[in-house]
Amino acid sequence: MSGTPEDPGAPEVPGTPGTSEAPTAPGAPATPGRPRRARRTRPVHPVRRVRRLRPGAWVTVLVFGFFFVNLAGVVGVPLVDSFGTRWFTSWLPEGWTTKWYGSAWREFSLGQVFWTTALVSVLVVAVSLAIGVPAAYALARRDFPGKRIVMLLFLLPILVPPITYGIPLATVLYKFQLAGTLTGVVLANLVPSAPFVVLTMTPFIEQIDPRIEAAARMCGARTASVLLRIIAPLLLPGILAASVLVLVRTVGMFELTFLTAGPDSQTLIVALYYAVFSAGIRTQQSIDAMAVMYTLSMLVLLVIALRFVNPTQLVTRVKEDRTAG
Amino acid sequence: MTRVREHPPPPGAAPRASASRARPALRHRLAERGVDRTLLLLAPGAVFLVLLFCYPFLYGLQLSFQPQRGGGALANYRAFFGDPYLRETVWITLGLAVPVALVNCLAAVPVAFRTRGPFRGRRLITTLLVMPITLGTVLTAQGLLGYLGPGGWLNKTLLATGITDTPLELVHNYWGVFASLVITGFPFSYLLTLSYLTGIDPGLEQAAATLGASKRQRFRHVTLPLLAPGLAVTFCLSFVLAFAVFPSAQLVGDPRGETHVISIEAYQAAFQKFDYSLGSAIAMVMAAVMTAVVLVVLAWRSMLYRGATGGKG
Repeated sequence: MSGTPEDPGAPEVPGTPGTSEAPTAPGAPATPGRPRRARRTRPVHPVRRVRRLRPGAWVTVLVFGFFFVNLAGVVGVPLVDSFGTRWFTSWLPEGWTTKWYGSAWREFSLGQVFWTTALVSVLVVAVSLAIGVPAAYALARRDFPGKRIVMLLFLLPILVPPITYGIPLATVLYKFQLAGTLTGVVLANLVPSAPFVVLTMTPFIEQIDPRIEAAARMCGARTASVLLRIIAPLLLPGILAASVLVLVRTVGMFELTFLTAGPDSQTLIVALYYAVFSAGIRTQQSIDAMAVMYTLSMLVLLVIALRFVNPTQLVTRVKEDRTAG
Repeated sequence: MTRVREHPPPPGAAPRASASRARPALRHRLAERGVDRTLLLLAPGAVFLVLLFCYPFLYGLQLSFQPQRGGGALANYRAFFGDPYLRETVWITLGLAVPVALVNCLAAVPVAFRTRGPFRGRRLITTLLVMPITLGTVLTAQGLLGYLGPGGWLNKTLLATGITDTPLELVHNYWGVFASLVITGFPFSYLLTLSYLTGIDPGLEQAAATLGASKRQRFRHVTLPLLAPGLAVTFCLSFVLAFAVFPSAQLVGDPRGETHVISIEAYQAAFQKFDYSLGSAIAMVMAAVMTAVVLVVLAWRSMLYRGATGGKG
């Protein structure tokens, strides 16, 4: 890595062939240019680190800034309100108290709500893993006629918004007297979760060398023991990632739970909606306290989730390098 | 990525396979095309989805042609499209969803473009961006009511700095729902755009640069055409998300007027008036409108370049 100072006219182009005769940079070919340029130029031109912001950068900073300031406001208002005594038109409440948390806990019987939420989420995670991981394995390893249709079947529940298929689904669940029960809530939440596990797991499975399985089969292992003793241990990171993501999605899933839950099978987010929607008799602060409790539990889950997964994975499958996450 | 086709040799199959027969056993011919017992692993998932996704959808479809109040198979649809108050919901929802999806996509491109390389604080920014996805619409709505309300922090700031004289009306109308949809939708489209953008080989842009293309030309003629198909998908997904807006239209919107969106009507028909048939019919109208818009966008997409992006995607 010879630190030839390039001409300052083209600082954006990393490793322009015109400036250096070296045919290939020592880095991996897939590495994007930016880190390489930073590493090379930093010792030579320490001044260039102070970059003037270009118009594009200004747009970025503005969009981000606007977004985050408003987001902070949106999250901050319930947070401040839940700790305040009385807050009408001033910037901040008149005094500070924590009594709303206790009253929210009693008023909305949050103990039971939290228990339901945990139960529903754990059941959904367990069942969707049991259904999704084998399906993901088959989809990742086999090419068969009609694969596109099966893929479509597994993609649609993720792409179609829950409220659209939730209404017919809830109708069917009512018909079989499953709606309003915990079973109904779990079944409804499984519809997007099981395909989501498939989507998350497929890249993880594709990474495993099929020759390992071939070797196990050569040694006489049957499909079941290949899955349990060869694939499952190798897939453990993927299974963790998928289960944390499904957990986050289930706790945050409003529409399906809302459509199928009965009075004693509400999860936290649905209980929160009913508290907000039928407000009036209740104090705003205890609703906010409940909202803050919801945000906190969500935040804890999120921080755990981001330890295992790449954020782009929350919406799509892994495309970035493993090292980037 | 490289899908290696390997088939487990069934016990005792090797000698028969080596025998030169004109037509090998059916099982082998199937295995040759990838159909073997491994596919049984798909069965639980497929059966589950057929039972709980396809069947309810078809059930809803046929239910929508059996109106509870009689009047022929199409009575529900006639009722929906005949009543201006109900018919208007389609346009109200489109008027919300299309601008929201456009704003989300257009804002996501420059931001994703600037943040695609690794930089300090990237993890923090992505964490903050993912947060609204997990906050869910209910909490966002609750926060927006306090923050954008007439006595909220935003209006206080605007009044204190003298930008406006009267507080802006931002909640319980169109703009409250708009803000809520942007807050929940922008992170989604940003992450999606980012994953498409990182799938484009940076070498292509470098090649253009060596040929003398300026930064703008590189974006316009190299990155944008490669990104456009991805953007079309991003638009479709954010549109579909915004089109199904439900809780925020109830909570921060004006559910009987400006933001009387179609999902509210479907929910009320099915679960408040217990007219499951009409509710299903409205849900089907909703699905049809969404499909129509998505198909238009995808038709436009099929006219774009869709070859290799040279990257990992």
